[in-house]
Amino acid sequence: MSARLAALARNLGPPLLFGAAMLGLWQLVVRGFDLKPYFLVAPTDIAEAFTDNWHNIWEAMKVSGTNAAVGLAVGTLFGVVLSFLLARFRLLDELVTPLSIALNAIPAFVLVSVFNNMFSSTSEVPRRLMVTIVVFFVVLVNVSKGLRQVAPVHAELMHSYAASGWQLLGKVRVPNAVPYLFTALRIAAPLSVIYAYVSEYFGGAQNGLGSRITSNIVNSKNSVGWAYVGGACILGLAFYLFFALVETIVVSGRVQPSGGRA
Amino acid sequence: MSAVVVSGVDKIFSTGKAARVEALVGIDLTVEQGEFVSLIGPSGCGKSTLLRLIANLIEPTAGSVTVNGKPAHQARLDQDYGMAFQQAGLFDWRSVTKNIELPLELKGWDRTNRRARALEMLELVKLPEFASHMPWQLSGGMQQRIAIARALAAHPPLLLMDKPFGALDEMTREHMQAELLRICAKTATTVVFVTHSIPEAVYLSTRVVVMSPRPGRITNIIDVPLGGARNDDTREDSIFFQKITEVREALRGSELQLGARGIEDR
Amino acid sequence: MNVPGNPSVAESAVGRRARRSVMFVLALALVAAGWELYKWLGPENGGEIFGWKLLPRAKDRVMPHVVDIITRFADPINPSSNVGQESVFSVVMKGVWFSFRLVLAGFGLGLVAGVLLAVLMARLRLAERAILPYLVISQTVPLIALAPLVASWGGKLELFGWEWPRWLTATVLGAFLTFFPIAVGTLRGLQSPSAASLELMDSLAAPWRHTLFKLRFPAAVPYIVPALKLGAAGSVIGVVVAEISTGLRGGIGRLVIEFMRRSNDPAIVYTAVIGAAALGLVMAGLVALADAVFMRNRPKEASA
Repeated sequence: MSARLAALARNLGPPLLFGAAMLGLWQLVVRGFDLKPYFLVAPTDIAEAFTDNWHNIWEAMKVSGTNAAVGLAVGTLFGVVLSFLLARFRLLDELVTPLSIALNAIPAFVLVSVFNNMFSSTSEVPRRLMVTIVVFFVVLVNVSKGLRQVAPVHAELMHSYAASGWQLLGKVRVPNAVPYLFTALRIAAPLSVIYAYVSEYFGGAQNGLGSRITSNIVNSKNSVGWAYVGGACILGLAFYLFFALVETIVVSGRVQPSGGRA
Repeated sequence: MSAVVVSGVDKIFSTGKAARVEALVGIDLTVEQGEFVSLIGPSGCGKSTLLRLIANLIEPTAGSVTVNGKPAHQARLDQDYGMAFQQAGLFDWRSVTKNIELPLELKGWDRTNRRARALEMLELVKLPEFASHMPWQLSGGMQQRIAIARALAAHPPLLLMDKPFGALDEMTREHMQAELLRICAKTATTVVFVTHSIPEAVYLSTRVVVMSPRPGRITNIIDVPLGGARNDDTREDSIFFQKITEVREALRGSELQLGARGIEDR
Repeated sequence: MNVPGNPSVAESAVGRRARRSVMFVLALALVAAGWELYKWLGPENGGEIFGWKLLPRAKDRVMPHVVDIITRFADPINPSSNVGQESVFSVVMKGVWFSFRLVLAGFGLGLVAGVLLAVLMARLRLAERAILPYLVISQTVPLIALAPLVASWGGKLELFGWEWPRWLTATVLGAFLTFFPIAVGTLRGLQSPSAASLELMDSLAAPWRHTLFKLRFPAAVPYIVPALKLGAAGSVIGVVVAEISTGLRGGIGRLVIEFMRRSNDPAIVYTAVIGAAALGLVMAGLVALADAVFMRNRPKEASA
């Protein structure tokens, strides 16, 4: 067996086996203890419910996915723009940063209840607004950090060139911040999915994944509810993988390919 | 017109906690065009501080610094010098060529001229085949050569270097020293060079400036009449060893003269 | 521009903190001013930008004046009835206190579990390879999805003859959300010491547990502390969302939903939102305290 194949097996094997083992254990526990569906649903039942309801699940995924995507795009845009402004104008930074730290700490979900009142009951805007706000702060914090962390030798170099603040921003801070933007996106992407559909638990239009999960559980159709959960997981993972892929493509030429571990 | 004139310069750092650090006191130094002057002294003697004063990265507390006939501040704005640091400080998101082009971009050169000059500098430091490489693909010595190419890209009359070979191994260092002399001869650049290494200072310089421990003063300036065409044989020359001894004794003397804590007791 | 090698006069620590507090208050004032400005200028029943219904309703029933929100705290919770004369402030504070204890319990549980798992993964390469991918994925997978499932456990849980108290589900969900970032952060910290440091411990013939306590854990502190921040936020979210899903009586989550349903009392839902925010801030404050204590002697992050 070639070395690469062996390495692949060594890296993928344990998690796959572990996952399979856990699934098997789950199945056994549910069947063995004859657990009621409202507690745990067996994986096989979930799979069945998933395939049976695929069409509806897909529709719900599209709704929540769109809400997440809109919020992600708008939030990233605003986050990047504001982080530029913060890097350039110190006063703005001093005002906004403590606010963003505070907002990061609070359970932002509660704001959805307020948003639901602000817009019509059939509007998707409350969810998208919620996602936008969450993504905005993640992007803001990370990109600001990237813009701010200039290596001392680069700072001295640019100073010796009598470079202006804008030149420093464009030629050093921004390229430096690109990896941080991708870190932010990797965090924000699945977060956008989560906030998109959890917002639905708070009322408003009932057409996305969140509302379906709740309604099915409430109606004791637990395996269907779990199937929708599966849909939500897939959506979140898809968003994450998409941005991880984009990151690999964009950043590939820049950094040393990682070797072994320290 | 002298390349650099440092006159009556003091530098005091106050860190606000009632701690005053007297880095430099009463520095007078003139560097003529075409000279290669090394600054050498024990750690903390202020040689890097002096270099930064010349570069106008910091301002003197007293006295004046003139570069190329102008105040240091103006010289920096006019980009009359190039600087190389201990870390090569290349931008890891730019290719080798684009790294060399950086000062030219900032000066507003157009793309064709920038590219031509960058390639010219690559030839000068003998690394033309690495034009499209990324910095992390190069060794430490090669990165330093690129940093030097960058520092000289705009053909400044003055080159300021702060221990640029400090992180390299001995053999690479000796090789880089020879390369540096070759390059500077070709471009007729004046050089002010900070180093910890006595043989390096003697090999490279026309004059070696010896400094005392903090507060830094110039205690000795030693001429090195080894001629302009130095090579590996120069390292075997008796004058070379003589001068090394002279510098070493000057260093020791400056420490003894001023006492263990660098407090003047004259 | 501040260039290294040129230390300007350093501001005193007290001065810096005072300035930061002033800035924070100023920022809040600006937000309140913005709120009132929008109320003054904004459309009563919502409006459109470029044909999209993007502007929120500005009328008093939806966006009460800032002053009204603040005064609502002082007034009784049921002004019309003879019975409910407790002030809103008191009710909200009780809810916050209730949830706070659950959050602490969840946080503690998640912290312990996370650290233990990290130690296991640091010790056994196999464990790390098997489990870490799931930990990483879990930060993308919506764990909050569990909330409604957790809701159906509600009060009907009986495990091996022991009845599960209702509040425990909220704690467990909070612990779950705490556990993951802490496990990942702690693992990274435990693996952070340089090869040179590890070789030193080897040369001193130190057994694994000595290396763990004398090298790996101290080295891990700068990684654990930021993870604590994520964990604290996670536990608050987990508990509050669980409270909402299970309708747990007594917590701030349920208060938010209850108040939201009071259509003739517009300001009251904001009081609950502020209460929930306060909960989050208290946890963040505790973690910041831990940050100050444990990171006292560490070099600060470099920034220009």
